[in-house]
Amino acid sequence: MSEPILTLVVDGLQVSGLASETILKVARENDIAIPTLCWLEGLSSLGACRLCMVEIEGSPKLHPACVTPIQEGMVVATRSERLHRYRKAIVELLFSERNHICAVCVANGHCELQDLAVQLGVDHIRFPGRSPQLAVDASHARFVLDHNRCVLCMRCVRVCGEIEGAHTWDVKNRGIRSLIVADFETPWGLSETCTGCGKCVQVCPTGALFEKGRPVAETHKKRPFLPYLMANRAREHR
Amino acid sequence: MHRDELRRRAAEHRLHLEGFAHHLLVCSSLGCAHNDALITALRRSVAERGMESRVLIRKTGCMGLCALGPLVAVQPEGWLYQHVRPEDADVVVASLGQQPSEQLLVPPDLPFFARQHKNVLALSGRIDPESLDDYLAAGGYAGLFAALDMRPAEVIRRIQESGLRGRGGAGYPTGLKWATVAKARGARKYIICNADEGDPGAFMDRSILESTPHAVLEGMIIAAYAVGACQGYIYVRAEYPLAVHRLKLAIRQAERHNLLGHAICGLNLDLAIQIRLGAGAFVCGEETALIESVEGRRGIPRPRPPYPAEKGLWGYPTLINNVETYANVGPIIDRGSRWFAALGTEASKGTKVFALTGKIVHTGLIEVPMGTTLREIVFDIGGGIPDGHGFKAVQTGGPSGGCIPAEHLDAPVSYESLSELGSIMGSGGMIVMDDTSSMIDIVKYFIEFCMDESCGKCIPCRVGTAQIHRLLTAFQERTATEADLAQLEMLCDLVKNTSLCGLGQSAPNPVLSTLRYFRQEYLDRISESRQPEDRP
Repeated sequence: MSEPILTLVVDGLQVSGLASETILKVARENDIAIPTLCWLEGLSSLGACRLCMVEIEGSPKLHPACVTPIQEGMVVATRSERLHRYRKAIVELLFSERNHICAVCVANGHCELQDLAVQLGVDHIRFPGRSPQLAVDASHARFVLDHNRCVLCMRCVRVCGEIEGAHTWDVKNRGIRSLIVADFETPWGLSETCTGCGKCVQVCPTGALFEKGRPVAETHKKRPFLPYLMANRAREHR
Repeated sequence: MHRDELRRRAAEHRLHLEGFAHHLLVCSSLGCAHNDALITALRRSVAERGMESRVLIRKTGCMGLCALGPLVAVQPEGWLYQHVRPEDADVVVASLGQQPSEQLLVPPDLPFFARQHKNVLALSGRIDPESLDDYLAAGGYAGLFAALDMRPAEVIRRIQESGLRGRGGAGYPTGLKWATVAKARGARKYIICNADEGDPGAFMDRSILESTPHAVLEGMIIAAYAVGACQGYIYVRAEYPLAVHRLKLAIRQAERHNLLGHAICGLNLDLAIQIRLGAGAFVCGEETALIESVEGRRGIPRPRPPYPAEKGLWGYPTLINNVETYANVGPIIDRGSRWFAALGTEASKGTKVFALTGKIVHTGLIEVPMGTTLREIVFDIGGGIPDGHGFKAVQTGGPSGGCIPAEHLDAPVSYESLSELGSIMGSGGMIVMDDTSSMIDIVKYFIEFCMDESCGKCIPCRVGTAQIHRLLTAFQERTATEADLAQLEMLCDLVKNTSLCGLGQSAPNPVLSTLRYFRQEYLDRISESRQPEDRP
């Protein structure tokens, strides 16, 4: 059965896509950049970070591009003064939430949060930092989890559950007190389900998950492994 | 049992009830304390006088006027006794067949009762919630019996014509939702009753479940028949032990009498209903989070679309309605959509149950036709503000709603008018504030609630509410600046427009509505914090 192909307008450009595709996918295919943080190719879409919100003509609401399927004749704006204002404020909120001090971070220069700040022109944070005193879990032989740099994007939770199939990571508490935990809140090194594959470390957008033995600014993450892995699996499956 | 057997059973029970000269109805809801002791005392007093064959003592659900509870109703005399203690049992029993006891009697013309219009609460306080026979004898399940003679499409058409809208808060047209689920394709379909009532000061759903659990089941069975579902869930919070107990009992009774299970009433209709207990997270009242929770996962909202009507529980089409919505269904089918549509306003039909709390004389549960003004609710039914204080504002819709000031007291209660005023209908919580209440304190309380109850999935709600809370603390402590006020407005706009689910999108409403009507209170806190700097 063939899937219908729809046409739509994104930022004034006429584009087309399959009916099941999202605004984000079609936009990226056409080199239209929409900022994202929780979204990662190869993982399920969460719609949580709200950075990919776009305007759709005829709708008073904003729509997350990563989970909104395209529709025939849709007119989408991915850039506007209002969207920019919101995106900037969301990134600032993230910086204010925990302790994001780039100068002393292993991911300095290779951090998606930092990149977003640069892209969106965040030169200062309007909200006072909440500066929570959060633990660092260095109990694992090869990796470290630093909650102070976590943005709760859930990439680690999803990659562990969906790709590795271990479901070591999950979240405890809710709201501003949310924390990533291994198993039923055991130190990472004592986790019975962790396979030590390191996928979570590779997909983490910040320096919250990193390999031991890397000095400041030297954590490079290999995120494209995920689409490669998915493609190989699909081929084997066939 | 087939319908004619159940009807016969109802007639027999009616005869049994009519055999007693007097009925003493005692409220046995969670809010009325010591009612067990009261019932024991009444029984003893009746036995001492040898009146057992003439006086029937029945436990009932909530009679509404909680401020005067525990209440005892005397039928058929129609007396209502207030603040009845176990010691008063002899006085109550002695008055039967004589004159009512003046010291206990609630004035019969009290506007609290005279101005209400009871539909959902019609049987509440009049029947034993734990007795299926009582419900049947009072005309219960007549809606279901009538619905089973119609085709599912006709049932849906009746609901559509009635104009019923979701009573959980958002006011989505119920008939349209049913029609969507009925149309949706799926190997199976589910129905869910959302009984995760979590607004501070709201107890409408608890009271309905405690007083007439069968009315909710009846609505669900009709809904399942209409949309073609064969499995239902009631998601109720564990903090409502009495409601859960009575629901379980009602489900067992319904199963035993073939109102649930296979071949309901001997017809080609199957429905099983199970209870799912919620652990009390406010966000689980959001339908997609509720579905996640029923599936056994963390209660976290999913982005919509797809809506549950299309992809809900375990990916199947799911109908999800609130307790009060289901409780409205039976009477609509029984009495007709025209009867229902004649009540209320143009776009908001029927009646609405409200929980009146706060600084008001008659705290309790009320039901009024849509379109009743806030003034009638607060001053006539509610009896006004106690201790000689003045009215300041009424908060509707819980943490998602807003504060409405005195100048809008004449606004009719409807989905549209409340939303125009910057509040929402919500599920029916109504908190009245007098002139001693500080709006900043109240708003900070609600934001703290939303901050604590945010699931933490999306950034604007998770961090935004925490930053709004910080700003409100500054206003409370009189250390706020004008820049703080601007930032407060900016954050409210952000959280409202970018949050994932209804919790975040509506969390700034208390702040926004008070900025609209009580801005001076915010400004006062600024100027006071500025004073020390102004001094030379």
